[in-house]
Amino acid sequence: MVLSVENLACARGGLPVLADVSFALDAGEVLLLRGPNGSGKTTLLRTLAGLQPPLAGQVRAAPDAIAYGAHSDGLKATLSVAENLEFWAAIYGTRGIDAACAAFNLVELRDRPAQNLSAGQKRRLGLARLLVTGRAIWALDEPTVSLDTASVALFARAVQSHTADGGAAIIATHIDLGFKARELDLTGFRASARHAFDEAFG
Amino acid sequence: MIRLLQRDLRLAIRAGGGFGLGLAFFLIIAVLVPFGVGPDSATLRLIAPGILWVGALLACLLSLDRIFQLDFEDGSLDLLATAPIPLEGVVVAKAAAHWITTGLPLTLAAPVLGVMLNLSPAGYVWLVSSLALGTPALSMIGAFGAALTVGLKRGGLLLSLLVLPLYVPTLIFGAECVRRGAGGLATATPLLLLSGITLATLALLPFAAAAALRINLR
Repeated sequence: MVLSVENLACARGGLPVLADVSFALDAGEVLLLRGPNGSGKTTLLRTLAGLQPPLAGQVRAAPDAIAYGAHSDGLKATLSVAENLEFWAAIYGTRGIDAACAAFNLVELRDRPAQNLSAGQKRRLGLARLLVTGRAIWALDEPTVSLDTASVALFARAVQSHTADGGAAIIATHIDLGFKARELDLTGFRASARHAFDEAFG
Repeated sequence: MIRLLQRDLRLAIRAGGGFGLGLAFFLIIAVLVPFGVGPDSATLRLIAPGILWVGALLACLLSLDRIFQLDFEDGSLDLLATAPIPLEGVVVAKAAAHWITTGLPLTLAAPVLGVMLNLSPAGYVWLVSSLALGTPALSMIGAFGAALTVGLKRGGLLLSLLVLPLYVPTLIFGAECVRRGAGGLATATPLLLLSGITLATLALLPFAAAAALRINLR
């Protein structure tokens, strides 16, 4: 088990969003987070990534095991594709961006400044960053936004090869990635805001 | 950390602006003041230390909100916060990049502008050394203010209001050092106090700024 979450409660902007979320993730496993907009997928992922403290409950994972992929890709417009990736490789202390470029079909774009990439190409570059982090657990927030079907397939293949190497991934997404994975619907974990709402208006 | 510093410097050079903005502002102040005050060289000589230091301080202030705001907007601050380097290190690297793109050029350009303001010859050494010792504190205090206001839309005004009072001690001792040096008096006391302020900010504020960033990223 690489990640275990017990009775986790988290808040967004001071309001509790999720309560009593518990799940475990094994090496080689993918967990898909489902739920309508505003159901707390991003909040859960940010809590897992350590960007915000949980209200209650625990997240158990090895230190520095989680690589977080947010809505925005964190690209610098004036740096080239290779420079962007090399920066993150240096920050994470890993070597070699060739595999990441190859996995997301960026080889021909290596020297192009990020500002001249299309939205889908930027997203591919943002996802390629995950490969250079060398971390075991990917926590991804809507990774397939603005990707075409071919790129979604590239992404699905990258996730599968990551899990085949003993990694794990937890992915918030609305689309079918084309492989079998466990799903967790967050609608059932809606937190006390609902109670407060019911008390006020019920 | 070194790589983050290198990246920020590269971004500053590529995007333009980074190096030029503060320096151009400093230049404008030093050029305009003699027009405003009048050509009386004795008056200019009297006010030169103060004007040069105020100009350097305002030029520093100009680019502060860029320290974290750009990284916050494109999401890289989130990613840096989850990266294996400590957030305190990120703050130090960012403040260092700001100093190299702002404080250092100001320090190097100050003697030239001192000529325009008729600074007395004995003052140049003290002008350069006080700016070299004082401007790192300006960048570090600025990084702290930028960390406090990073999530705010148009936080520039609030940032200036927060940071300016903290700049006052540096300004007082920096300008005093130049004034005494230009007048041929002993400069050890203001210079030591200036260095003390800089060392204290460098020692304490990275932690405060990192704490502020953590809260703002929630």
